[in-house]
Amino acid sequence: MTVEASTLADPHDWLRRKSRWSVFEIAFWAASLLPFFLFQTYLPLASQIAITALFAISVDLVLGYAGIITLGHAMFFGLGAYAAGLISKAGWGEPLTGLIFAGAFAGLVGYIASFIIVRVQHLALIMITLGLCFLTYELANSMSWLTGGTDGLQGVDTWPILGTFRFDLWGYAAYGYALAALFLGLVLSRRIVHSSFGLSLRGIRENMRRMPAIGADYRGHLQKIYTISAAIAGCAGALLTQTTDTVSLDTLSFQRSADVVVMLILGGTGRLYGAVIGAIIFMVARDQLAGMNPQYWYFWIGLLLMVVVLVMPKGILGGLAQLVGRRD
Amino acid sequence: MISQLAIVLFDGFAFGMLLFVLSVGLSVTLGLMNFINLAHGAFGMLGGYVAVTAMRGLGLPFLAALPAAFVAAAAISVLLERTLFRRLYRAGELNQVLFTIGVVFVATAMATYAFGTVQQVIQIPGWLRGSVEVAGLRLGTYRIFIIAVALAVTALLVFGLERTRLGARIRAAVDNQRVAQGLGLDVEKIFAVTFALGSGLAGLGGALAIEIVGLDPSFGFHYLVYVLIVVSVGGLGSVAGSFFGAALLGICDVAGKYFVPEIGSFLIYLLLVGILFVRPLGLFGRR
Repeated sequence: MTVEASTLADPHDWLRRKSRWSVFEIAFWAASLLPFFLFQTYLPLASQIAITALFAISVDLVLGYAGIITLGHAMFFGLGAYAAGLISKAGWGEPLTGLIFAGAFAGLVGYIASFIIVRVQHLALIMITLGLCFLTYELANSMSWLTGGTDGLQGVDTWPILGTFRFDLWGYAAYGYALAALFLGLVLSRRIVHSSFGLSLRGIRENMRRMPAIGADYRGHLQKIYTISAAIAGCAGALLTQTTDTVSLDTLSFQRSADVVVMLILGGTGRLYGAVIGAIIFMVARDQLAGMNPQYWYFWIGLLLMVVVLVMPKGILGGLAQLVGRRD
Repeated sequence: MISQLAIVLFDGFAFGMLLFVLSVGLSVTLGLMNFINLAHGAFGMLGGYVAVTAMRGLGLPFLAALPAAFVAAAAISVLLERTLFRRLYRAGELNQVLFTIGVVFVATAMATYAFGTVQQVIQIPGWLRGSVEVAGLRLGTYRIFIIAVALAVTALLVFGLERTRLGARIRAAVDNQRVAQGLGLDVEKIFAVTFALGSGLAGLGGALAIEIVGLDPSFGFHYLVYVLIVVSVGGLGSVAGSFFGAALLGICDVAGKYFVPEIGSFLIYLLLVGILFVRPLGLFGRR
């Protein structure tokens, strides 16, 4: 029986088979526990990577799957970071509810913004996402009585996780917390992209005009995924606040939006783990090259970006998959 | 109050005209080739550094440095277009965006390597310094000069596009690449010429900008945002759109910073989002 025939026979079965956990994934998650034992000095970096990877996954959902080119997703990252910081400053430092609050807040803003996003395409879409991000940045900068302006938000105090795991100096709790959040975020995203909803997103990405013709409500789908993605990005921002106890204005910066898209392209779009791998490579490389002048570090990033786009348009994971001979 | 308003309008318009020279090239190339060239600002930066080098290293006068900036940016852009950019004409928008962002990263790093991160200073000739009094208002001479240059560029562009043979070819290629090709036009060559022209104008804009906004390696990124706003608000491929978009942006930016400095650039971004929400193709956009 051909694949197409079996698809017709039972589409849910086909989807379920596509979404089965592979041995690579299980090995990857096992390896993610290694920093606890082998690289304890790198635990703070590891939690930064986990947070950034979660952010990159949120961008992959809209950019890699739904084809919404966004250069302004740091907006939601920053909104989540500030929401978590402000609720903690207001006297409620409980991390899990803080995280949910931040995610819900970013998701709400994402839902409102999604009405604008679905209206535009191409260059205007890039400019709108960019414009919204700059708008939020300037707003946070000018409302310094609330956000601390360029000094950042000080005096955030996060309580122990579940009342027991205190955020320690070495970063055990922070890494465990960020890793757990990343894992949950990935499981959720996996569930989304391997559902019929995820399939229709890919349909929209491939041909937006054809989707209404087969009866798909593409605007509704895009709004939904944009909101979900904003909420996940907000959670990532909140994690950064809670693990570092500060919020700075650069959580909202264009640089952060651009960096995360670069990571995604390095790893490969539309494959979730591409976001994670890209974040690992980017963050480790930057950490190793931190002693160098950041301007020169961007020389290599720029060069790498040009090479990847020209030679491996599907990113590192896409290139590997092609080598192994597996198709998407 | 009235005179303040007039000065803000004048300064804003001058700044807008600077933005116009910097961005009109991108509007035409984007409209023509559908190529999202985020490296456009980097050509502006290149022009700026060429002008600085020409004046300080070679001792050229300012008025000779301006055409040098134009020629250098045009030449290097054609080199890049023929070797690299042309491979991406059929690629997706995202790949074009990322590739050209990569170019900006590399250009920024190279500028830092060659010139350091300090602001570059040039000596403009005496007759461009100072100000003149018109109807009781003191207007900066250099700003008047920028406005004059921009108006000359506009006139040349409009004349060139509407009245010359090359202009007719460019318009044909913009309207429909395939039909233009079918009629025997060498679209590739038209692309190359247009691309060189657009980037050359960016280089000229970069050289003009040094006196007003300064020049350092972040120029490519910083003014890229302004350039993109002008292009997307004005509408692709429209000289008039870029002109009005740039004037609007310049005046709003200067007025915002003058009257309500505490909210920074909030106003222009609000304007951008608002305009694109109502008119996704920009004020003068077709298609």
